[in-house]
Amino acid sequence: MSQARLTVKQAGPLALIQDLGRFGVGHLGVTQGGAADWISFRWANWLLGNAPDSAALEIVMGGNLSLVANAEVRLALTGADLGATIDGQPLATNTSFLLRCGQTLIFSQPRRGLRAYLAFPGGLDAPTILGSRACTAREQIGGLRDDGRPLQTGDQLTWQGSSSSERSLPEGVAPAMPEKSCQLSMVLGSQASHFAGRSLYNAFNQPWTVDNRADRMGIRLTGQPLHCTLGGVISEGIPLGAVQIPPDGQPIILMNDRQTIGGYPRLGALTPMACALLAQCVPGTEVRLSPVSASQAQIAYRKQLSHWH
Amino acid sequence: MKLRLETAAMDAVTVRLFDTIDESNMAWIIAADQTLRDTLGEALIDLIPSYTTLLVHYDSQQLTFGQVATLIRSALRHLRPSESQNGQLHEIPVWYDESVGPELPLVAKRAGLSVDSLIERHCDRDYCVFALGFAPGYGFMGLVDEGIATPRLKTPRRKVAAGSVGIADRQTAIYPLLSPGGWNILGRTAVPLFEFAKRGDPLFRPGDKVRFKAIGQAEFEASGGDTTPMEERP
Repeated sequence: MSQARLTVKQAGPLALIQDLGRFGVGHLGVTQGGAADWISFRWANWLLGNAPDSAALEIVMGGNLSLVANAEVRLALTGADLGATIDGQPLATNTSFLLRCGQTLIFSQPRRGLRAYLAFPGGLDAPTILGSRACTAREQIGGLRDDGRPLQTGDQLTWQGSSSSERSLPEGVAPAMPEKSCQLSMVLGSQASHFAGRSLYNAFNQPWTVDNRADRMGIRLTGQPLHCTLGGVISEGIPLGAVQIPPDGQPIILMNDRQTIGGYPRLGALTPMACALLAQCVPGTEVRLSPVSASQAQIAYRKQLSHWH
Repeated sequence: MKLRLETAAMDAVTVRLFDTIDESNMAWIIAADQTLRDTLGEALIDLIPSYTTLLVHYDSQQLTFGQVATLIRSALRHLRPSESQNGQLHEIPVWYDESVGPELPLVAKRAGLSVDSLIERHCDRDYCVFALGFAPGYGFMGLVDEGIATPRLKTPRRKVAAGSVGIADRQTAIYPLLSPGGWNILGRTAVPLFEFAKRGDPLFRPGDKVRFKAIGQAEFEASGGDTTPMEERP
């Protein structure tokens, strides 16, 4: 039996229970959800010896999210550096650590990256809806009360296992958080042929700026607009990372909580690795799109997954 | 039907069967949906049918792009339209009232009709469910009588109440849960579309037919309808 072992003393702006996502439900109109930086998420679970799909917290920005331990527990922290402290002492990322009874873990503000992942022994308790514990605000699905709400002050977190043995990350595997700029791999889609040559050139040869209109549904990029000769397309299924070009020519990258179908032309889709990286880009970060073939991307993806096998 | 496979992402292929919206597409889309589920089995992560396409999200750990393309082509080579193309017919009771359907007067005026005639026109045909998307259990249906077709609102509402029945151009739909939206709202139903979807068993599926039936406030309330007026005006 689980018991309350961590109390949310103060909820930050956005801390969500996430797992790898909700799959096999797109035909219901239900979105994928899941950890946006799934690589950091998987490392957090790996550090505790958890199953890869164990529910963890995705903490966006920090914003003084404060968690108090009611019993000693080993947790793991990966992803963004949100200036985490335990009773005022700085806490390193990409490591597991003991939080002792009565100690307070606080996430202040982003120093590098945007989303931190906090894993719990055996995974957080939360209702499983359509096969997943992912919390999607827009769909009012998932989360502690299955209403899609992020963590609230006063929430009690419980988990399923006991503290496991200590693991540390192998050298060099922790994903680097983007700083001022980064490169995002993208698989060209078939609609790319409907973009003017000049626009295709611009897509890959200019820096794009991550806009502040960015959330788990989509992230806007701003730069020289792209022009598509297709006015609109008949709504069709949209994959993760789709690079959608609305009439203003400014791309929107569709992320984990995207709508399942949509009718804007698409240049292609970022690879899953690029999506994880983009999820860590604060507004103002410069990104460059770089074309890769689907098979090149699949090789890189398999290599990434091989870390956890 | 003309089969084309298009790269959509590292591990997703758009299977394009048609170029224009037509009710007769649905028998093919449903047949392709079933065939692809059977063929891809465990290697299928998600399959999203829509008006003219199906998006296949496959497990790239199991199949390469070339392998999935070959499997899809051979599976669909001898595709025949589904015979159950008409699907089920659902009758949806709707309380058409300005308090919960704030665009009733606007759409009626635009069509040169009285509000009552507009309601009659909205109820006088069976709509085909073309696709599920936008929100859990949200069905895109059509086609609406050209005489009452109305473009989306210039500024979408931030909050459209659950159960709201709206039209946009020649499409009509029901909002399963409170969400932002830009459709012209004519009324509200108490049918809990979201709850069906959340159980994994949506009330509508692509190819089904939907007929709206006007009911009064008393019947709407008796079936559990929420009469809270739509607050926000466009």
